[in-house]
Amino acid sequence: MSQAPTENVLELTNLTKRFGGLVAVDDVSLHIKRGEVFALIGPNGAGKTTLFNNVTGLFQPTSGTVVFDGRNITGSKPHEVARLGIARTFQNIRLFDYMTCVDNVRVGRHVRMRAKVWDSLFKLPRERREEVRVTEEAMDLLKFVGIQRQAHQYARNLPYGQQRRLEIARALATEPKLLLLDEPAAGFTPQEKVELMALVKKILARGITVFLIEHDMKVVMGISERIVVLDHGEKIAEGPPDEVRKDPRVIEAYLGKSA
Amino acid sequence: MSLTDYGFYILCATAIVLLATQAFTNPKDFFQVTIFGLADGAIYALVALGYTMVYGIIELINFAHGDVFTLGAYIGAAILAFFAGANEGSFVVVNVIALLLVFPIVMLIMGGINITIERIAYRPLRNAPRLAPLITAIGMSFVLEGIMFMWHGAPTVHFPDLLPHGPGFQTTIGGVFFGFKDVFVVVAAAILVSLLAVFINGSKLGKAMRATAQDRDAAQLMGIDINRTIAATFFIGAVLAGAGGMIWGLYFNTIYYNLGFRTGLVAFTAAVFGGIGNIPGAAIGGLIIGLVAAYSDGYIGSKWTEVVIFGILIGVLVFRPTGLLGMRVPEK
Repeated sequence: MSQAPTENVLELTNLTKRFGGLVAVDDVSLHIKRGEVFALIGPNGAGKTTLFNNVTGLFQPTSGTVVFDGRNITGSKPHEVARLGIARTFQNIRLFDYMTCVDNVRVGRHVRMRAKVWDSLFKLPRERREEVRVTEEAMDLLKFVGIQRQAHQYARNLPYGQQRRLEIARALATEPKLLLLDEPAAGFTPQEKVELMALVKKILARGITVFLIEHDMKVVMGISERIVVLDHGEKIAEGPPDEVRKDPRVIEAYLGKSA
Repeated sequence: MSLTDYGFYILCATAIVLLATQAFTNPKDFFQVTIFGLADGAIYALVALGYTMVYGIIELINFAHGDVFTLGAYIGAAILAFFAGANEGSFVVVNVIALLLVFPIVMLIMGGINITIERIAYRPLRNAPRLAPLITAIGMSFVLEGIMFMWHGAPTVHFPDLLPHGPGFQTTIGGVFFGFKDVFVVVAAAILVSLLAVFINGSKLGKAMRATAQDRDAAQLMGIDINRTIAATFFIGAVLAGAGGMIWGLYFNTIYYNLGFRTGLVAFTAAVFGGIGNIPGAAIGGLIIGLVAAYSDGYIGSKWTEVVIFGILIGVLVFRPTGLLGMRVPEK
C-alpha cells in the first residue's frame, strides 16, 4: 500500500455486464484521475447504476477489469471494496432508517475501527475510547454536510434533501479515496442544487475524487472536469463538458434522431 | 388504539386479576408456582433470544433452534458423564470445576455447530424466496433430531445431576420451597442475558448487526462483512441455546431427542410475544411465557398448558403481531 499514488484512481478496462441476453454495460473503458470530478451521464436505462454496482462489488462483471489505486479489485466483495477506499450513495436513498443520523454515520466508521470481540465482551476502555472518538468524528461529518442539528433524529424522519446529505456524510465516514454519487441532485430545488455543488467542491478539497451520475446538466456542467456518456450500455462520448455537449451522438441519444 | 388493542389489554388485565386473587387466597401455592415459572421462563428466555436475533437479522424463523438447544444438552451430558458418578447431587469441588469448564466448552461447540449449519443450510439460500430457508430450517430440525435419536435412541437420557440439592441447599420461606437449583437457573440465565446486552449495546458488532438487518447492501458498502455478521448472530444464538440446554439438563436431569420441538415452539412463542426481532422483548417474553405455563399447570391443569401457550401465540399473531415491546421491522 505504500507505493507512490497512481495518477489514475480508477481504471475500467473493457468492462461488460450481461444479464441473460441484456448487455447492461458493454465493453466500457474509462479512467478517473486523482482529484477530479468525473461525471457519468446518459439516458435512463443506459447502464450507469449497473456500472457503479460493478465498481463497488455488488455485481460481478461478466468480463473486463476494475483497477482501483493500482490494485485489481475485479470481483472483490462490497465490504472489501469499501475497506480499500471506495464509498457510494444510492439513487434511491438507502439509509438505516431506524437509526439516528449520528448512528448512521457511526456505522460508516465501522470499517476504520479496531475494537475486537473481546473489547466489546469485556467493555475494555479501548473500546469506550474508540466509541467516544467515533461519535465525535460522526458529529464533525454531520456538521460538514450541514445537518448537525438533526444528529439525534431517526434517519427516516429527515426531509428528503437532508437524507441525501446524511447519505453523503455516511459515505465520507468510511474515509474513501473515491466517492461515487448516484444522482445526488435528483429531486432537488435549484437552491439545493447550488448547495450540493458547493458541498462537492468541499469534498474535493478534502482530497477525495468524485465520480458522479447525474441527470441535471447544470450540475454536471458546473462541477465536472470530464464526462463520459453511456447509451444502451456503450460509451458514446468522453471529454470535457463543452465538447460533450456539442457531440452529435450525445444529442441524438438524448433527443432522438432527427427525421 | 384499536379495538384489538383493548381486547389484548382486557385479556391481560383479567389474567392478572385472577392471579392476584389466587396470590391473596393461597399465597403459598401461588409463590411456589411462581418460582417454577421463573426457572422455566429463564430457560425459555435463553432459547427465545436465539430465535429473535436470527429473525431480526435475516427474517428467518430458525425452526432448528430448539434442536440446537437439545443438542447442547446432549453434548453437555456426554462430557459431564466423565465427572459424574458418586458425586451426583452433592456439593464437591470437582463438580464446580466440571461445570465451570464444561459450560464454556458446550457453548463454544454449539456456536461452532450453528455457524456450520448456517454456512451449509441457510447461506446458499440467502437470496432465495423466504419460504425456502424456512423449509430448510424445518429439515435441519429433523436432521438434528435424527442425529440425537441415532446417538441415544428414543428413551430419555440421564443428565448428570451435578447441582447440589437436599438438606443445606434448600429452604422454605413461609411454606414456599426453593432450592439451590431454582436460584441457579435464574441467576445463570440473568448473567448470560446481561452479558449479551452489554456485548451488543453500542458495540461494533451490535451496530453491524443493526445495519445488516436494516439494509444489507448499504451495510456491505459501509465495509461490513455481512456474512461474518450473520454468522456471528447464529454463533451468539447457539451459545445461549447451548447454555440453555445445559441449564435445562442440570435442572430437570432428563433429556430426550425431541425435547427441542416443544421447548423450541414455546420459546418461539415467547419471542413472538415479546416482539420478534426485539432482544429485551425475547428475554421478558421468555419469563412471562414460563410463568404463564406454570400458572396454567398449577391452576388449569397441565394437559391444558399447551393449549394456553399456543393460544397465546395465535392471539398475539392475530391481534398484536408486533408483540409486547414491538417488532423491529427492517425496511425493505
